[in-house]
Amino acid sequence: MVLHAPETGHSTLLPSAEPVQLIDEHGAVTPHADYDLPSEAELLAAYRALVLGRRFDRQATTMVKQGRLAVYPSSNGQEASQVGAVLATRNDDWLFPTYRDCVALVTRGVDPVGVLTLLRGDWHSGYDPYEQHVAPQCTPLATQSLHGVGLAHAARLKGEDTVALVFIGDGATSEGDFHEALNFAAVFKAPVVFFVQNNGFAISVPLDKQSVAPSLAHKAIGYGIPGKRVDGNDVAAVISVVSAAVERARAGEGPTLIEAHTYRIDAHTNADDATRYRDAHDVEAWRGKDPVSRIDAYLRGTGALTEELAAGYAAEAEAVAEDLRRRLGADPVTDPRELFHHVYADRERLADQARLLDEELALEEGAGQ
Amino acid sequence: MTTLESRVDIPEIPQQATTYTMAQALTAALRDAMAADERVLMFGEDVGALGGVFRVTDGLTRTFGENRCFDTPLAEAGIVGMAVGMAMNGFRPVVEMQFDAFAYPALEQIISHVAKMRNRTRGRVGLPMVIRVPYAGGIGGVEHHCDSSEAYFAHTAGLTVVSPATPADAYSLLRESIEYPDPVIFLEPKRLYWNKAELQLPLRTEPLGRAVIRRPGTDVTLIAYGPTVPHALDAAAAAEQEGRSVEVIDLRSLVPFDDATVTASVRRTGRAVVVAEAAGFASVASEVVARVTEQCFHSLEAPVRRVTGFDIPYPPPKSEHHHLPSVDRILDVVEELQW
Repeated sequence: MVLHAPETGHSTLLPSAEPVQLIDEHGAVTPHADYDLPSEAELLAAYRALVLGRRFDRQATTMVKQGRLAVYPSSNGQEASQVGAVLATRNDDWLFPTYRDCVALVTRGVDPVGVLTLLRGDWHSGYDPYEQHVAPQCTPLATQSLHGVGLAHAARLKGEDTVALVFIGDGATSEGDFHEALNFAAVFKAPVVFFVQNNGFAISVPLDKQSVAPSLAHKAIGYGIPGKRVDGNDVAAVISVVSAAVERARAGEGPTLIEAHTYRIDAHTNADDATRYRDAHDVEAWRGKDPVSRIDAYLRGTGALTEELAAGYAAEAEAVAEDLRRRLGADPVTDPRELFHHVYADRERLADQARLLDEELALEEGAGQ
Repeated sequence: MTTLESRVDIPEIPQQATTYTMAQALTAALRDAMAADERVLMFGEDVGALGGVFRVTDGLTRTFGENRCFDTPLAEAGIVGMAVGMAMNGFRPVVEMQFDAFAYPALEQIISHVAKMRNRTRGRVGLPMVIRVPYAGGIGGVEHHCDSSEAYFAHTAGLTVVSPATPADAYSLLRESIEYPDPVIFLEPKRLYWNKAELQLPLRTEPLGRAVIRRPGTDVTLIAYGPTVPHALDAAAAAEQEGRSVEVIDLRSLVPFDDATVTASVRRTGRAVVVAEAAGFASVASEVVARVTEQCFHSLEAPVRRVTGFDIPYPPPKSEHHHLPSVDRILDVVEELQW
């Protein structure tokens, strides 16, 4: 379905009728009038990040089954969306991720153990947001999109050209904070890119029960900002489309809403049973559109990806997995006293309750000896 | 941080004592804070050209420019969520929720993010920001304009909750809240906005976190905060006519709570009544009663009592005087303290 622009001048806000695709599921180039294929070097870097990201995701999935993680929302099938979006940013651009964006964080360079700290359960967020410019992974839906707007607007006031890339899912587009964030970003012309991974399901609820908009990208129009649609399993297209939006934001032209069409191959988390609400045939159909195999086929076709390179990337990914097994395999050492350390800057405020816990711990330690 | 474009010459605050309403004292605090620190920003609904519906931000946009005091779209979660991002990026935002009940759309941002960011990030990200909330009743406001919402905030770990009862405290506590390393919910009693005092600014009163004895007494302690402090003082004056010496404590800060000042007083007087506008059930007043009872039990001559609003939705304007704690109601409860 294609909407007609309400008046001339707004037609550029309309998303395309079809998601932008540059490489099809068989690895063949599908040229696009508005977007160029990224360079071979960029695509090789993307391939490497995809291989690493997938191995990370598989290892985390395994470890949750082994009880080493409390819960794990898999990125399986969505790797191209997360990798492509991050590779379209500079390292000083900020990411505002959700709990399902672990592969995005690994791609940015956050320590994989730091990424999984929340899901292992030793603390809520396991990395320093200022080191890699990554906000804490957000569990309440869409709330972090407003933080992205504030951070981006603050950057502009300081004269910096930092861009904020906000990750959200299809379900979160129903939340009020998503709409407030789009509107605030538009009104303040804040340098924000809203990147929606439409993976088809909000836990069990399919998209057609979430929205009857022609596409989620169409939600941009009401806020006076452009909406874009991209094949979220085509890393080349994601890099191109997000890069254009990031550069537009950096140039002071305001926010963009991008909908990446992808699919959650695994269940919502290990605690979910996806057979209760979706057909195995649908999953199989999406496996045929796998984000890694198509770029693999394309780069082997051009000759850029040699056996040697591929083996090197695979070995690198295996090393990441091994490191995860080693560091996450050990039981975490937590200090219950830390529960009181970060509630307020002034630790004295909870000193009485901290002392109570200290006394209990001292008794336990005494009993254990 | 790079210098902001809107930097301008700030007129000097008059050094001689001048009459300020509480609203004007708040304006002066914002103005002095913005002049002292370019990281301080003010934003919200109608805070720009209009100067806020209570005129607390009057003149700030004119003085500091639209980059530092600005109107936002009408969406409270948006305002607070945006402030979180700006605080993460080096600013010290002050935001205005236009009325108590209009802050409710922002509760998810306040509870899940504002209050928890330092803790979630293991101390790596603090949020120095102030959420100003004109609150409570007594001004003839229609529904949704008169709520006493302090319990929602006070119950949430990570928030600091203060409420001034005098123009001097309004100035001082707001300056201190803006300088504070953690988020502060700054509750402004609407009915006291027009109360006046002679102030010589800038000034500092007792530090945030400290309660003060507004009127010393020996027979009973009235514990009040924000809008009910004047009632407690009036009740104390009336009780004196009847031969009772009543001490009045102004809490000033609900979180952190100044146990030391409150318990020292009640141990001396042996009797205590908490006076608050909010509905009494599961309220800040309940917490005060619990703490006083736990800590002063052996000094008490009578049960610790509360005079609070009824457990009803805030009444329509023509009936609000039946709901609000009155001097008579306070005196009646004082009389029942097993003399």
